[in-house]
Amino acid sequence: MDYRQILKDGLWNQNVVFSQMLGMCPTMAVTTSGTNGLGMGLATTAVLVCANMIISALRNFVSPQVRIPVYIVLIATLVTVVDMALNAWMHDLYRVLGLFIALIVVNCAVLGRAEAFASRHGVLASVLDGLGMGLGFTLALTLIGLIRELIGAGTLFSQASLLLGANFAFLETTVLPNYGGVLMMILPPAGFLVLGLLLAAKQHYERRASSSAAIGQPAEAAACH
Amino acid sequence: MSTLALWREKLSYQPLSLGIIAMLTSGALALSNQLTHDGIRQAEQRDLQASLVQVLPEGFADNELLKDTMEIAGGDGKAVTLYRSRQAGKVNGAVFQVSGRGYAGDVVVIIGIDARGTLLGARVIKHQETPGLGDKIELAKTKWIRGFEGQSLTSPPAEKWAVKKDGGVFDQFAGATITPRAVVKAVKSGLEFFAAHRQEILEGK
Repeated sequence: MDYRQILKDGLWNQNVVFSQMLGMCPTMAVTTSGTNGLGMGLATTAVLVCANMIISALRNFVSPQVRIPVYIVLIATLVTVVDMALNAWMHDLYRVLGLFIALIVVNCAVLGRAEAFASRHGVLASVLDGLGMGLGFTLALTLIGLIRELIGAGTLFSQASLLLGANFAFLETTVLPNYGGVLMMILPPAGFLVLGLLLAAKQHYERRASSSAAIGQPAEAAACH
Repeated sequence: MSTLALWREKLSYQPLSLGIIAMLTSGALALSNQLTHDGIRQAEQRDLQASLVQVLPEGFADNELLKDTMEIAGGDGKAVTLYRSRQAGKVNGAVFQVSGRGYAGDVVVIIGIDARGTLLGARVIKHQETPGLGDKIELAKTKWIRGFEGQSLTSPPAEKWAVKKDGGVFDQFAGATITPRAVVKAVKSGLEFFAAHRQEILEGK
């Protein structure tokens, strides 16, 4: 198993958002600012790593016939535990992320990785896959969030100190002071717009790279929502 | 591993394995609920305390509001929890939640009222209004909500308790009338509720 390849697949080649087109619900809903995207991405990464680890460890005991209900129960439990722990011990962070945590249960990407990767590979490889996929998801959400925030409100990473602590206050930048803002960029349609443009950009880049190196495109997985 | 593979094919293995997983996860949930229960309660109390003191002037109360509660049945039959503020043992005001139907779901407002029925402060604590249009009711966005401070049922008179578009005295926002209308209505209903139960609140146990 090539561990570097697993990480690279997660971050770029099979990026959850840009290649697999999974997890569209949180992608559209929370990317109104860079901070929100980052927070959702990191929370999802934590769940992905834990879910992959547990499911990979149980892969020989779970029979194919009941695997889907088992995965769903495990993922839902994990998310609920994370939700309660954040609420109790990191309450300030919970106030920022609270609404999004429960959304992770319905993120197809988590179930998708359990089914496609963790149920067939060892624990270490699965943890790395969860990490790579999660960070790729974080990257995509933060990028979309930053673009929407910049055009929509003229700021970058506003309220980052609420999410990451006071030490990260330097991330909060106002790029365009006294900027009226473009409301549409904060509203849902712009989520589709920005994602579409980024997808086109990635396709364009890969096509150029593959025509020069003559390597085929990675297979696209089917979207589930 | 081959014995396990044989077992896995049996019909009884499916419900049994599913049942064991369900039991284990239930156990994990019960355990983490136990562990986090106190922490969550404390955090929620801190949140509540923080929102209560927002709508009262500094030093207005010398008691612990969270420990001085009473419940009165509201107009829709649901009990309203009031947090009473005291100065030297005497009730001098109350804080409670009111809500109004906004553009997208309920807008929940917490209001503080002094013993004479004058509004000390109001804050929107929960809403799902459109970002950029309806969210100007938040103090973080505009100072609009502070316009309620010092108002009462007689000033402005009851028929002027509406947004300007409806002939009242409160501003609406460009592009969003329903949201401020909901807040004005909620605050007014809170003042009326206080007036109707004033005796009970000031002297009741």
